[in-house]
Amino acid sequence: MHRRILAGDRLIAAFLLGCLLFNYPLLAIFDRSTEVFGMPLIFAYVFFAWSVVIAVMAWAIEGRFR
Amino acid sequence: MSKKILIADDEQNIVISIEFLLRREGFEVLVAGDGEAALAKVRAERPDLVLLDVMMPRMNGFDVCQALRADPDLGATRILMLTAKGRDTEVSKGLGLGADGYMTKPFSTKELLAEVRKLLER
Amino acid sequence: MLDAPVLIAVSLLYLGLLFAVAWWGDKRADQGRSLIANPTIYALSMAVYCTTWTFYGSVGRAAVSGIGFLPVYLGPTLVMALGWFVLLKMIRIVKANRITSIADFISSRYGKSHLLGGLVTIIAVVGIIPYIALQLKAVSSTVSLLLSYPEIVMPNRSPTMPVVADISFYIALILAAFTIVFGTRHLDATERHEGMVAAIALESGVKLVAFVAVGLFVTYGLYDGFGDIFEHVALQPELRSLTTAIPSGEGYTDWVALIVLSAMAVLFLPRQFQVAVVENVNEAHLKRAAWLFPLYLLLINVFVLPIALGGLLHFAGQGVDADTFVLTLPMSQQQEGLVLLVFIGGLSAATGMVIVETIALSTMVCNDLVMPLLLRHRHLEDSRDLSGLLLGIRRGAIVVILLLGYLYFRLAGEAYALVAIGLISFSAVAQFAPAMIGGMYWRGGTRGGALAGLSAGFLVWGYTLLLPSFARSGWLPDGFLTQGLFGMELLRPQQLFGLTGLNDISHCLFWSFVANIGAYVGVSLLRPPMVAEATQATVFVDALKETGPVGAVLWRGRAKVSDLQELVGRFLGPARAQSAFAAYARRHGGDGAVLDAADARLVQFAESLLAGAIGSASARVMVASVAKEEPLNIDEVMHILDEASQLRTYSRELERKSRELTAATLELQEANQQLQELDRVKDDIMSSVTHELRTPLTSIRAFSELLRDDPKMHLDDRVRFLGLIVSEAERLTRLINQTLDLAKIESGRADWNGCELDLKEVIEQSVAATSELFREKGAHVELDLPDNLPLILADRDRLIQVMLNLLSNAAKFLTPDEARVRVMLRRLADGLEVSVADNGPGIRTEDHDLIFEKFRQVGDTMTAKPAGTGLGLPISRRIVEHFGGRLWVESVPGEGATFRFTLPFAQRQVPVVAEAAGS
Repeated sequence: MHRRILAGDRLIAAFLLGCLLFNYPLLAIFDRSTEVFGMPLIFAYVFFAWSVVIAVMAWAIEGRFR
Repeated sequence: MSKKILIADDEQNIVISIEFLLRREGFEVLVAGDGEAALAKVRAERPDLVLLDVMMPRMNGFDVCQALRADPDLGATRILMLTAKGRDTEVSKGLGLGADGYMTKPFSTKELLAEVRKLLER
Repeated sequence: MLDAPVLIAVSLLYLGLLFAVAWWGDKRADQGRSLIANPTIYALSMAVYCTTWTFYGSVGRAAVSGIGFLPVYLGPTLVMALGWFVLLKMIRIVKANRITSIADFISSRYGKSHLLGGLVTIIAVVGIIPYIALQLKAVSSTVSLLLSYPEIVMPNRSPTMPVVADISFYIALILAAFTIVFGTRHLDATERHEGMVAAIALESGVKLVAFVAVGLFVTYGLYDGFGDIFEHVALQPELRSLTTAIPSGEGYTDWVALIVLSAMAVLFLPRQFQVAVVENVNEAHLKRAAWLFPLYLLLINVFVLPIALGGLLHFAGQGVDADTFVLTLPMSQQQEGLVLLVFIGGLSAATGMVIVETIALSTMVCNDLVMPLLLRHRHLEDSRDLSGLLLGIRRGAIVVILLLGYLYFRLAGEAYALVAIGLISFSAVAQFAPAMIGGMYWRGGTRGGALAGLSAGFLVWGYTLLLPSFARSGWLPDGFLTQGLFGMELLRPQQLFGLTGLNDISHCLFWSFVANIGAYVGVSLLRPPMVAEATQATVFVDALKETGPVGAVLWRGRAKVSDLQELVGRFLGPARAQSAFAAYARRHGGDGAVLDAADARLVQFAESLLAGAIGSASARVMVASVAKEEPLNIDEVMHILDEASQLRTYSRELERKSRELTAATLELQEANQQLQELDRVKDDIMSSVTHELRTPLTSIRAFSELLRDDPKMHLDDRVRFLGLIVSEAERLTRLINQTLDLAKIESGRADWNGCELDLKEVIEQSVAATSELFREKGAHVELDLPDNLPLILADRDRLIQVMLNLLSNAAKFLTPDEARVRVMLRRLADGLEVSVADNGPGIRTEDHDLIFEKFRQVGDTMTAKPAGTGLGLPISRRIVEHFGGRLWVESVPGEGATFRFTLPFAQRQVPVVAEAAGS
């Protein structure tokens, strides 16, 4: 029971994290003509943030619970 | 003729004390240290009375009592059970198996003598 | 090599493979060994979200707006994080009520309304048919592109091309056939299509592989990695804007609007609802799909921007449409295998979408549009078996929908209306959101509210998005775009009421939602929900609570089992109805079959069976035609619902209490058993102890009385008797001490002073203490005690107690002649072993365990007995065990006995060594 509630809370946290990362104003910080690893900053940022959200979701669902 | 009494008990000091008491009163005393020895001695010596301890090695007092009562030749032998377990159930068990009397340890020497005499007079 | 016969052969082979997979999936489903009972397949089937609009279109959008194509995939990612809650609830509702489509869902929620179901169906069909057309267009353009290979010629369709010569017409027909075979094989009460889902999952895999393959080819084959492409782009000022910023004109509002829009689309697109909710086999699959599906979206988008930029660089000034880059880039390099793979990937994206969408729409059209009309005609009730008719309607609907899609494609051609249709479709299905979400979480929503909201939202959508797209395609005079309807500027469809600064999608989303939500909430609040609405509100809102079917509680009336079965048989076929009713009877063990009187639950069951086939609204009408329902008024319904929820609370409380009681009873029983056990043990011990106490007392009393009664007793006897009295008194003292000692150890109240000891020293001390005992017996004590053994952890005094006990035991049983005792200390792997061996009479094997029990002396020599208490060995064993060791005896009768015990090394022994080695 606690397990389920915890996983649910973690998913909601992932949702809120996504809402924050994919949105103004954080998005605006990375919206400039700089490059990282040869990639435009905004391109790298969005894919990085996206991966993080998916990873958090996977962890929330598949992770071990202690 | 003096009466013959067998003391069957594995407690050496108890045997010594009772033996001393009975000899002083003029009885002929035999001794056995366990149940089997007691049974053999009864058959061989035909004592008039057996003082039978319950908790003995090899064969306990109840079994000895039962065996004695099962032997028609030994019908005259009186049996006085002596036990350190004073529960009513044990007393009735002993009497049920055909013992003539029952005494709980520790006993007074006077009571023992009185009981012995009573049984031998029957 | 890429000529028409090859393309046709490859396409047909691929479709044949899909047929095979779907057939296999259906066969496995029939055998009960579901092929799709797997979270990965479930997640892949959700990826039907990615159509040709993604496969070809994303690159097109990226070529215009940089990363502006991404929000459409970020929205679904966010939704999946909440899918655990929202989708789970939808799945529960759908399964509990045998809902088969989104129209059925909304109609069922608001009191099983035909009108509402019909409206939702119309919105879905109007919104989706252009989307289907887009898929047909994508396939037909790729085919014509390929037919001009190795040239790259942008397809230029002539509107006058005869239908019979148009390849996309045949594609539409083939897809219709495929959809019919696997979508309407039989009428299922749950409307699930396992074979189709398996095929769709396969297609999702193929399109991902194909797209990633092109991405790798462009990024690492054509160019030298991501960095290389972006370096090239940096040299071209007109392309730089694509990589630096969210493109001008599409501000953050539009970005966010797209995320919101796609989040709703992924829930409410008919095809998504079909695969994610209706086709869900196991709600546990939702878990893994929640992150696998977003991962799929991420993977299929990684290479979009590189391909777009690569294409723009590669085809600079050649007029190649960015929508075709995925295909034309490999074509330009004569990568025929890759070209074919891309073509198959695009075909997968198109067919997957068309098949699922068409099945979903045909179910809606049949259940929510055609059936309600047919049911009005009395003559329908005369025909015995309607299942064939139902299947016919669905198959007809599939063909009609696909032909409408084809028709729209023919009409629209290259027009704007087709290019923008993806988001226009999204906006249409987003109109379902207020009625769906509100219906699942708000009890107050009413049929009127839902009707008003949906209508208002649909109208605003049509006015602000659909009509302008028609106007831009030249089908309508575009005057109303610039001057507004009837020349009223406030009514300009894309700046409604003067709202500017938003793109057309955000603009439509805003106004349609204002109208939709406003009307839904406003009208719902006008009057309280009616009976049917309140009932369904409870069923939907409380779907996640663990309760029985509420609907059954709310039905009162009379019905015959035979009537119900006949009714169900008319739509599902008599055989299926027969087996369904038999299964129900088996499950519930009812006597309904005998009495022919159906209870509320059976009526409910029959209705849900029908709902699967003809929709919940029609099912309610049909059941009402054979069952005499006594109408309940709203007060009664509310009363029953209150009661049901109260009852639920009570019963939950009762269950809790009874669980607690059961647990308490069990505990009590256990405690009682323990007490009884303890009591028995105590009894035994008491009896043993009193026996052991009475024995020395008997001697003491007898000797004392003898001495008292005979003052003239011989001096020797006197001395002897007094000596015996003393020794028996000592025995008594020892007995009392040991009994208390053992009681302390057993109850855990003993004091242990554990410290590290040199065992050798302890043994030597014990031997010294008992040397007198052995000298009396004339015994020889041999010691074999090596030096420098590791220390052990124990209580010194206790250990000496053990040693003394073993040594005095040995002394007790020594054979008088040539008596020998040997004490040995040995090192074991993890501890030390001490042995005390005597050459006495030994102990019989059957007594080896017995001697360690309390008061169990097995010595049968009369001389030995009085010395012991029968507690020495039990105490010794407990002491050794307390310090982690073991005490036992080895003996062969006649050859002496050897007592051995072990003790582990002191715990610190090993770490000390390890530290030393480490430093």
